[in-house]
Amino acid sequence: MSIFGRRKSANSAKERLQLVLIHDRTDLNPAELEALKDDLIATISRHVEIEPSGVVINVAQDGRAQRLVADIPLRSTNRRRR
Amino acid sequence: MTAKVVTVTSGKGGVGKTTSVANIAVALAARGQKVTCIDGDIGLRNLDVVMGLENRIVYDLVDVVEGRCRLRQAMIRDKRLPELYLIPAAQTRDKTAVSPSDMVRLCDELRQEVDWVLIDSPAGIERGFKNSIAAADKVLVMTNPEISAVRDADRVVGLLDAEEKGPASLVINRLNPIMVKRGDMLSVEDVLDLLAIDLIGIVPEDENVLVASNKGQPLALDPKSRAGHAFDNIARRLLGEQVPFMDLDTSGLWQRLLGRK
Repeated sequence: MSIFGRRKSANSAKERLQLVLIHDRTDLNPAELEALKDDLIATISRHVEIEPSGVVINVAQDGRAQRLVADIPLRSTNRRRR
Repeated sequence: MTAKVVTVTSGKGGVGKTTSVANIAVALAARGQKVTCIDGDIGLRNLDVVMGLENRIVYDLVDVVEGRCRLRQAMIRDKRLPELYLIPAAQTRDKTAVSPSDMVRLCDELRQEVDWVLIDSPAGIERGFKNSIAAADKVLVMTNPEISAVRDADRVVGLLDAEEKGPASLVINRLNPIMVKRGDMLSVEDVLDLLAIDLIGIVPEDENVLVASNKGQPLALDPKSRAGHAFDNIARRLLGEQVPFMDLDTSGLWQRLLGRK
């Protein structure tokens, strides 16, 4: 936001492009990313107990390369086993 | 001689490829280099009018490829610079009249004759683009600081990587420093963040570009034109010189007026 409360149009252009380019480069749209997240949660839950609400999946940029970054919180074993 | 083949491409049309090829060619030739430009836009030729050579066309690229003339006969010599030539595109044919291997063969022949071959690619990512990059040793991707041009440039950079023609170098054309300052135009840094490739030129928006193409006289020779100067800088960088990027900051004057500098 600028001091006049008007959002700079160049900033929205850049933010929109960042999202569009991830999709263009990887063929991964937000809906597919959501489906991937659900699959991951299901698969990982078969091996270890996780906190499904805390799972975050993002596509990170590293130059022209993209990286799928998953942050998956595990449920504490202390709390589970008395 | 073994020429370097440089292709200028963009994905999106209208970002200034043809003007750039004409100006970079003129700048190189004015620096004593022997240069041939090839108009790769078969069916929509334009490099001839921008260079002011439209009245001297006898043979074109397709005539050479199909063996109706020798390479030398299709090379039109520039009026002002004796070491600058143009091979025009055919106007009445389409992109399929030439294949990527035709372009490789033609450029291999040209490599013996000149120092630089500059190819003006058509917009798009189809046959004309593929023809234009087939023989390239280096590819310049051109964009404007504008959302659709940047998106298309990204696509082309990805395709060039896949074709092992990368890494491409970026030219940002028609930058308006006042709009950037106001926050209404993507800055050079924004575009570089997004595309993540090397920069080889920043060309400011300049009315003289249109005036020059009206007259058919590329403005790289005009020392007063900022765009002309920027194109000359690109030519120098191609020649291996380390040239700092032009200072396009507009704040200097205001800061001085306000006594803040």
